[in-house]
Amino acid sequence: MNNLLSIITFLPLVAALILALFLRGDDPAAQRNAKWLALAATTATFLISLGVLFGFDPSNTGFQFVEEADWLMGMSYKMGVDGISVLFVMLTTFLMPLTIAACWNVTTRVKEYMIAFLVLETLMLGVFMALDLVLFYLFFEAGLIPMFLIIGIWGGKERIYAAFKFFLYTFLGSVLMLVAMVYMYFEAGTTDIPTLLNHAFDSNTLRILGITVVGGAQTMLFIAFFASFAVKMPMWPVHTWLPDAHVQAPTAGSVVLAAILLKMGGYGFLRFSLPMFPVGADVMGTFVLWLSAIAIVYTSLVALVQEDMKKLIAYSSVAHMGYVTAGIFAANQQGVDGAIFQMISHGFISGALFLCVGVIYDRMHTREIDAYGGLVNRMPAYALIFMFFTMANVGLPGTSGFVGEFLTLVGMFQANTWVAAVATTGVIFSAAYALWLYRRVVMGDLIKESLKAITDMTSREKWIFAPLVAMTLILGVYPSLVTDIIGPSVENLLNQYHAALPADGTATEVAQAAAH
Amino acid sequence: MTTDLQTIFPELILAVYAMLALVGAVYTGKDNLTGPITWLTAAIMAALALWIGTGNATMGEAFGGMFIADPFARFAKVAILIAAAAVLLAGQEAVARRGLGRFEYPLLIALATVGMMMMVSAGDLMALYMGLELQSLALYVVAAMNRESVKSTEAGMKYFVLGALSSGLLLYGASLVYGYAGTTLFSGIIGAASDGEIGLGLLVGLVFVSAGLAFKVSAVPFHMWTPDVYEGAPTPVTAFFATAPKLAAMGLFARVLFDAFGGAVGDWQQIIALMSVLSMFLGAIAAIGQTNIKRLMAYSSIAHMGFALMGLAAGTAIGVEAMLVYMAIYLTMNVGTFAFIMSMERDGKPVVEIASLNQFAKAEPLKALAMLVLLFSLAGVPPMVGFFGKLYVLRAAVDGGLTWLAVGGVIASVIGAFYYLRIVYFMYFGETEGQAQAPMSPAAWVALMGSAAIMVLGVINLFGIDTAAAAAAQALVN
Repeated sequence: MNNLLSIITFLPLVAALILALFLRGDDPAAQRNAKWLALAATTATFLISLGVLFGFDPSNTGFQFVEEADWLMGMSYKMGVDGISVLFVMLTTFLMPLTIAACWNVTTRVKEYMIAFLVLETLMLGVFMALDLVLFYLFFEAGLIPMFLIIGIWGGKERIYAAFKFFLYTFLGSVLMLVAMVYMYFEAGTTDIPTLLNHAFDSNTLRILGITVVGGAQTMLFIAFFASFAVKMPMWPVHTWLPDAHVQAPTAGSVVLAAILLKMGGYGFLRFSLPMFPVGADVMGTFVLWLSAIAIVYTSLVALVQEDMKKLIAYSSVAHMGYVTAGIFAANQQGVDGAIFQMISHGFISGALFLCVGVIYDRMHTREIDAYGGLVNRMPAYALIFMFFTMANVGLPGTSGFVGEFLTLVGMFQANTWVAAVATTGVIFSAAYALWLYRRVVMGDLIKESLKAITDMTSREKWIFAPLVAMTLILGVYPSLVTDIIGPSVENLLNQYHAALPADGTATEVAQAAAH
Repeated sequence: MTTDLQTIFPELILAVYAMLALVGAVYTGKDNLTGPITWLTAAIMAALALWIGTGNATMGEAFGGMFIADPFARFAKVAILIAAAAVLLAGQEAVARRGLGRFEYPLLIALATVGMMMMVSAGDLMALYMGLELQSLALYVVAAMNRESVKSTEAGMKYFVLGALSSGLLLYGASLVYGYAGTTLFSGIIGAASDGEIGLGLLVGLVFVSAGLAFKVSAVPFHMWTPDVYEGAPTPVTAFFATAPKLAAMGLFARVLFDAFGGAVGDWQQIIALMSVLSMFLGAIAAIGQTNIKRLMAYSSIAHMGFALMGLAAGTAIGVEAMLVYMAIYLTMNVGTFAFIMSMERDGKPVVEIASLNQFAKAEPLKALAMLVLLFSLAGVPPMVGFFGKLYVLRAAVDGGLTWLAVGGVIASVIGAFYYLRIVYFMYFGETEGQAQAPMSPAAWVALMGSAAIMVLGVINLFGIDTAAAAAAQALVN
């Protein structure tokens, strides 16, 4: 089975094509068929992808399951996974069936909705598996199209503004990366990622338009990639598209956006920025660390005053992504391990939180926090699950959220104590906004007339949450499950990173000298 | 002499056919014959494209180097012939329905096509001018084809006056070049013009020739005519303007720059680069405010010409290859897009307002989907093939040391993405009823669906046009 990865990637696309070509009509029966087919396809994808997980050899730090075919312009269709990407692939295949199940109540243009999600799954999987620069870019950018349509067609009131902002913001970030990629192709003569990982790009100090650029071409390339990934992450201050997109997207769209699409930015940092431009990353590292620290504190405070539940969770996502970027650019084993762990864990937790909002939105058609209160009286099961994920979001020990935050903070502390000190306050703020949200929505007496008839979760909804609860708990008490897989690859990445830096951190010194 | 005639045989066939058909139709059925003549013309074009494309036509130089049939000309001719045939067929029913079904129309297009084939084969300033004028004169007439419409006659008039001005500039430049190089043959001029040693007279001549050609490709700052002519001309004619003549003019531009001034890349590179960046930005920004889809497409084509010029500006074989790939993709996208635009109507009357497409996706999901693909492709979003056109020119620009131009280009493409998305927005997200329909003849339907399918499936290997373009570029740049 040496084209297992292609099968996983394109299976959802095939299902989408079948839906598009053979499913006629828009009556309830056709809608049901569309949903079941999408669910079957995503579940099958997940089951097949288990073959990758079990066949994966963590001690091998190279790429595995590699497949390659010639393509245009000397590029190649090359797919493969290593310790860094394999878990993102698993995260995607694991969450997609749940996402499909979560939009069972959609009734408008169901067929198209399912097609959009299936296509999106193919593109997301492609991003994590692509081993060719242009192939990566292709999957990375193409994902914008289905998401643009999902927000624009099935979104809320302000969906058009949100869809355009989402598309143009991320598109602008990415095109600069495209130029950088073309430049890399020109410099290294290849677009093959494994080869580029071993290619040392020029890092001699340059003068461009009278500005001294320490780290030279590497720094420029780093900035171009940073423009793309920082928007995708999203990092403060280019995060503003995310709350809009989240609030307007339908529930399933929010889940995919928060749980998987945001991870592409972090994955990109790990796959490109850190190993390919080590000098650039070193020069810019402190800057990114501080941006992350600001993001954690600032967006947590912003989350505190939100009146819309989805917006609150969206800001909380930005804050959590701050831990990820800080962990990555701390550039030590704990930091990077923690960053990957945090991304996986955030995939489960934020996905679940958006689903929680979706549950009550489906019933009351509002996301205003003020419209709720005292739900525990009518919805005990919901209160329990929401409580669990709120706590996981805060980082309660025993849940996966704790491990990610703790590891990244340890990493940050080693790299820059002040950043760690600032970021740690974010833990307190996150407890504040999350618990306050929970209190206002769930606790207290049920006094609002409109809520008197609200019903608890159906068994379908409970079953959607079950795997998420399980994963959050398992990873919380037994984190080695993840770190054993990513550990060797991360270690290898960091060894190469530190070996590529000039001895004694000269780049940093030069940077400081230039600053004076 | 016989070998000369053999070399220009494809052009001869088309020209003789056009004249015979013209005479024949005048004495027989006149306008009743429009349908058959259209199909016949398209069939002859397709047969010629096949003949040239498979490499059976004689290659080489004719008339002492005035006419060159090389792989570059072959690539351009095949693309021109296919695009012209596709536009004729896709537009045939729309032309008839609007009461414009005159038999001269397909024949004028055929003559224009002869001119275009001549342009991309030109090896001499005279041949260049002959081809260019044959093409332009035919196009002036078809622009004003709808005699009852003020806008159409105005478009024809504007096109003629401005076109004549550009021809004047070009001729003036050509005479300077002749004066200072002592020959009108490109192969002679290249000896007189090499980097750093190009005389002032020759340089001024080059600038004027470039200005004249920039008019034809509608590059900024010589683009003013484009939106008005696109808007005023009957839509099937606009579809033609937006496709084959653009490639012909671009091919001619490449011929002049590389065959005649290939030794002086440094002297024209900045001119082309500047026109490129201006076209990309003006095309992107000016289109935002448009409500008329034809004007929007006019600005879109200006922006696309900017990208194609980016390939030329690189001044290398990779650049020419990128330009050819870009233009081939551009032609394909525009054939499909215009097949849709010319069928847009409300209550039997043609409409061009973008807002009339509101909720179009609900009425006609398949056509809307095809347009969605084409629009994303025009915007250059992967995985659509339009992205690969951009990738090729970006590579050429970076390779040619014009990274700043590449950065400018991608930023312009983001701005440009906005207005393509706006059409998607109307079709898919719109809330009010726009009530536009798009009844299509089978030919138009095939053009729309075919070009959309190519935009998606081309991601696999671009249907091999990259190798053909590379061979063409090698033939031109050496």
